[in-house]
Amino acid sequence: MLGSGWKRTSPTVAEYFHSAWQLPTALAYLLAALIHCFLLINVVAVGALVFIWMERKISGRIQDRLGPTRVGGRFGWLQTLADGVKLIAKEDITPGGADAMLFKLAPYISFAASYAAYLALPFADGWVAQYLSVAVFFILAVMGLEVFGVILAGYSSGSKWSLFGGMRESAQVVSYEVPMAMCVLLPVMIVGSMDLVKIANVQAGLLTNWLIFHDPFTFIVFWVYFTCATASVNRAPFDLAEAESELVAGFHMEYSGLRWSIFFMAEYGSMFAVSGLAAILFFGGWHGPIPIFQIIGWSYEHVPGEAWQLTGYLANLAGCLNFVLKAVVGVSVMMWIRWTLPRLRIDQVMTTCWKYCVPISAGCFVLAAIWTVMDIPFANDIAPAKPRYAVREFWLEQENRAAATEFSRIQLPVAANRTAAEGGAR
Amino acid sequence: MMSLLAATAINWHSIFFLLFALVACFFALAVLFTSNIVRMAFYLILSLGATAGLFFLAGAAFVGAMQLMIYVGGTLVLLVFGVMLTAQQSFISMKTKGGDWILAAAAGGTMLVLLISIAFRVEDWRAGRPDGDQLTAADVEDTTRIGAAFIGVRTDKLDVYDDAAKDGESEPDAAGQLTLQGMSGYLLPFEIVSIHLLVVLIGAAYLARAKKRAPARSASTTQR
Repeated sequence: MLGSGWKRTSPTVAEYFHSAWQLPTALAYLLAALIHCFLLINVVAVGALVFIWMERKISGRIQDRLGPTRVGGRFGWLQTLADGVKLIAKEDITPGGADAMLFKLAPYISFAASYAAYLALPFADGWVAQYLSVAVFFILAVMGLEVFGVILAGYSSGSKWSLFGGMRESAQVVSYEVPMAMCVLLPVMIVGSMDLVKIANVQAGLLTNWLIFHDPFTFIVFWVYFTCATASVNRAPFDLAEAESELVAGFHMEYSGLRWSIFFMAEYGSMFAVSGLAAILFFGGWHGPIPIFQIIGWSYEHVPGEAWQLTGYLANLAGCLNFVLKAVVGVSVMMWIRWTLPRLRIDQVMTTCWKYCVPISAGCFVLAAIWTVMDIPFANDIAPAKPRYAVREFWLEQENRAAATEFSRIQLPVAANRTAAEGGAR
Repeated sequence: MMSLLAATAINWHSIFFLLFALVACFFALAVLFTSNIVRMAFYLILSLGATAGLFFLAGAAFVGAMQLMIYVGGTLVLLVFGVMLTAQQSFISMKTKGGDWILAAAAGGTMLVLLISIAFRVEDWRAGRPDGDQLTAADVEDTTRIGAAFIGVRTDKLDVYDDAAKDGESEPDAAGQLTLQGMSGYLLPFEIVSIHLLVVLIGAAYLARAKKRAPARSASTTQR
């Protein structure tokens, strides 16, 4: 499976290639890495194809139009493919006044940053390209780099419009990273882990167990998170960097053809990534509103030492679909917002961030901490799937703590010597 | 996992280490030898990103992500942003004078000699690890030790301290916990660095304000 976590007992893809196909380690790892990358790049690319079609349809319906109707049958399914063919056929122009190297590289930087976030994003229990114990932090750090592509594109185009777009974007993204990180901190604090798989798994069971229903403040903070996420992926009403009415097309004004489309692949990729992060942090990830698989006894979680089971695999597959569905709902809401709300002015964007999002998220953080410490019941306690200590501050659980902390193990060399000496004395 | 890695002659860990290290060094040199500031920033992104890759390779995912967030995502965005705000012409280029080259080479060379001599003085680093072929990408499990060191607990000295407690040199306090004597960890350097940074921030804010105020006042008076 995709799980290549070092803590897991189930074999990783690389180990499978090595043991079953007798490949050398380096080759097995390379092959496994290529498979993961291939699958993920398809998630991003096919996702972008579908989302662009969705965006056209949704915008059409919101504006009382039909949207694409002809290419590929009744609903215009293949419209994006036709767009892609058109974009490939277009001339790839580099302006004379541009810094050619940076101009050509900028789209790929954006895309690489957006794509790197997927490396640590789990799609179901253990289905993650690289299992990281600090996945939340990694995703936030990597998504923050996407702005570089936009800034460099704006700067290297050698155009005033582009430069203004890039400057606005950098100011906006640097600002919105602050409240976004604070919002993400709430689920991390409640669960006591930055491990996305762990965060999703404590929300198993009925939808009342989702962390958005943990206390009233996580409920508020989710909306702040969604606002900040929309702003950080540069979507309307926060798409100041590409404001058509003021800046022609902003940072991507000088781009044409495939390079232009790579910016949009990055944008749709990060839309899905932030929505997926929201689904895991607040909406239970792959744990559905109704725990069907728990009721019929198919376990998501792989029990160490147990053989591979079809039921577990199917449950995980359904969980993966569940997660993707939740993320797609998030993306659709972003599209709905884009075609409903007018664009903000730059000062309004900054006000929203510093005067509303930051204080609200900071206040909610403190209040949610108090709520958690006081152990006040809320929706999470209606039908808990796991004992409370396993959800709230489960890091205090003694067995886990003893197993997880290094304190017992780091003294190993000396401790071993000591036991050897004691044994000798006896 | 262990048997898998031991079974091969190719140490994939070293290959990736060399790859990341070469990228980091190459682009660090590129930063030096280019004259365009924004390109410098771009090369610095790649160099620091490769350094983050080294951290990930060492299993220190938290430190790697921290590197990406603070240096690449924070400092460099601000750098490029500052260049864009203050740009007088479209592409700024910096020319380094001959004297500056000599000074920089002297300072950098001294530092390099110092670092290399220190690196070779560490006994453990001279030979490869005996279990080098069994290294995994995540040899270090988590950042508990670093975190503990920052709040003043030297986890690498806990056993020494344990022995001291057994010998009765250190008494358990009222809560039954052993008092941590002589285990300041990295708390003091950490605090010194943070206060230093605070002073720098205040100084920078003061300088920036003093410069901006004068023209702003004159502009407002002319309006009146």
